[in-house]
Amino acid sequence: MAITAKAPSSFWRKGDGVSWLQVTPLVVVLGVFLLVPIATIVIVSFWDYDSVRLIPSFIIDNYTDALGSAVTWHTYLSTLKFAVITWIFTVSIGFTVAYFLAFQVRTALWQMVLFQICAIPFLTSNIIRMISWVPFLGRNGLLNQALQGLHITDHPLEFLLFSDFSVILAFVHLYTLFMVVPIFNTMMRIDRRLIEAARDGGANALAVLTNVIIPLSLPGIAIGTIFVVTLVMGDFITVRLMSGGQSASVGLLMSNEISLLQYPAAAAQAVVLLITVLIMVFLILRVVDIRKEL
Amino acid sequence: MTKATGITRRRALKSAAALGGIAAGSGAISGFPTIWAQNIKNITLRQFGTGVSNLNAVADKVKQDLGFTLQMTALDTDAVTQRAVTQPKSFDIADIEYFICKKVYPAGVLQPMDVKKMKNYDKIVPIFITGKLTPDSVIAQGTAPHTVGFVESKTSTKFAKQPTEWMTLIPTIYNADTLGIRPDLVPHPVTQWKDLLDPTFKGKASILNISSIGIMDAAMACESAGLMKYKDKGNMSRAEIDKTMAVLTEAKKSGQFRAFWKTFDESVNLMASGEVVIQSMWSPAVAAVRSKGIACKFQPLKEGYRAWGGGLGIAKHLSGIELDAAYDYINWYLSGWVGAYLNRQGYYSAVLETAKANMTPAEWDYWMEGKPAATDILSPEGKVMEKAGAVRDGGSFTERMGHIACWNSVMDEDKYMVQQWNGFIAA
Repeated sequence: MAITAKAPSSFWRKGDGVSWLQVTPLVVVLGVFLLVPIATIVIVSFWDYDSVRLIPSFIIDNYTDALGSAVTWHTYLSTLKFAVITWIFTVSIGFTVAYFLAFQVRTALWQMVLFQICAIPFLTSNIIRMISWVPFLGRNGLLNQALQGLHITDHPLEFLLFSDFSVILAFVHLYTLFMVVPIFNTMMRIDRRLIEAARDGGANALAVLTNVIIPLSLPGIAIGTIFVVTLVMGDFITVRLMSGGQSASVGLLMSNEISLLQYPAAAAQAVVLLITVLIMVFLILRVVDIRKEL
Repeated sequence: MTKATGITRRRALKSAAALGGIAAGSGAISGFPTIWAQNIKNITLRQFGTGVSNLNAVADKVKQDLGFTLQMTALDTDAVTQRAVTQPKSFDIADIEYFICKKVYPAGVLQPMDVKKMKNYDKIVPIFITGKLTPDSVIAQGTAPHTVGFVESKTSTKFAKQPTEWMTLIPTIYNADTLGIRPDLVPHPVTQWKDLLDPTFKGKASILNISSIGIMDAAMACESAGLMKYKDKGNMSRAEIDKTMAVLTEAKKSGQFRAFWKTFDESVNLMASGEVVIQSMWSPAVAAVRSKGIACKFQPLKEGYRAWGGGLGIAKHLSGIELDAAYDYINWYLSGWVGAYLNRQGYYSAVLETAKANMTPAEWDYWMEGKPAATDILSPEGKVMEKAGAVRDGGSFTERMGHIACWNSVMDEDKYMVQQWNGFIAA
């Protein structure tokens, strides 16, 4: 790089070459792994298909089929429902855990120890963490046996597994840490003198929380929200396994289409989902300026 | 990168074939091994297909008996279709189901096989040739294997109405599927497909979520319940699809189904855990539940079975010495060892006579004749599957394969059906 920088260039001013070189790896990575695949998906979404072939052409049927179908709307609604409910739980749990770690735990050592403990479940794969719920929640599972053994119920509770309940439970379990980490990170940066000042000014604990800590934690909450929302919106395996295939999500819709070689239809769905999620992220960023964080 | 190595390999094989000109040139295959032993060791045939018949034991035996290497890749049904169509150079032998063949063959990725080169062609079970198990059998609905078993000529991709010299797939493995039940947990005997929709099993029934097969099971149940009458369950009209899906959706909304399964393991777990007591099932899945010591029955039903069959097809790009090796493999496949292996797993093989020669009389009687097991019945790996005295669910080969109501199929309204099925899952 040093050599290129010194080499005189007739086209670029000295120094420009270095910038170009510096930016090249990122451009190449983003180009090859992000832009080209997305462009391909967009192109294929306008193609025609039959049961075995993709037929290059330019039709908008894939979009009219997708957007004109009640199934798509229903599925988006149900996926959004999962996203909103999961968000409510992850943000409340995530905020509480982060608050505890940041403000209640006094020593940095214990903060780190407890923070690592939060991450321990992530040493196993996400599928395993999800599947483990199945024997626990099943009709003859541990929870039902315990409830009946304690005479709390006299019959197995069926809603525990293969239901929206189990899907959301798994989502919350899987994604809460994605909330904890950014919120904890933001909270640690809050200048403690602000809290002292608030107290000196006569604010009680609740007022400190709502007027100081929450507003200053917003960037972390926003980043966590982006993680959770995009993960839930794009998910297909959690919904399939935990609902026993009885609920739909947008990702599952696409996966079904792909498995039947209907790539253009799946590509159109992907483009619609991408736009939807981008709009959601855009809105989140409009509300919260996450650059304050960085 | 794979493409490049493929070409080099082929080029190397071509020169090898030129040296062994006599062997490769004649083309008349009369027995095996027919190809020069020196050349054949270098050959690798890449086979891919569904897990059921992609058995490592087969690859090992091929190496031992024929000398060449068979590389197996197991994928699920949908992935097999995709790969066959979209990456035709990535395999030499396709192990696919007949209903997939109906989709894949017209795409021109396979070449037909010359029946004259098949030693046991005349002994293949007639279901795959004429469609009739016995001369007076009625041909079942759906994509019956014989309807996509032959093409009109070597270069044609059009399926022939009658048997010709050009076969698309050689049949390898097939079976008659029905509902699996937990006899210890069902309150009354299950005898008909409509029991799947019976409110007695509310919240304890399951159906498989592979649209092309799931809709057939649903159709069997609808017809059995007297809710529908189909012209051909394997090729429904839009109106028939709509009505079937309406029945299913209603059942789903009223909480009939506990879950929908997509993989073999899921079906085993649902049944073994007691989450489900009646569901669409596959024969080895029933065996897997039973092997855990849990009662499970592959219940024969009044309306008959839903059958499926698979076969081996040769990739279009295969030629020369590799093509000869492929024919050797096919002839070997039908020569009995694999047949016996598959029969012992509870499937059926295409040439019964040669398979019989490779099985003990007790095994043959249990699996094929529906007689009580004279001795303990072992799996191909040597584990006890059934104790002496057990009788196979559904009985003999002719009782089971003679009562096929429909075959797994691909419909003309496939695209529409999939949309409706997605709607049902989302409902």
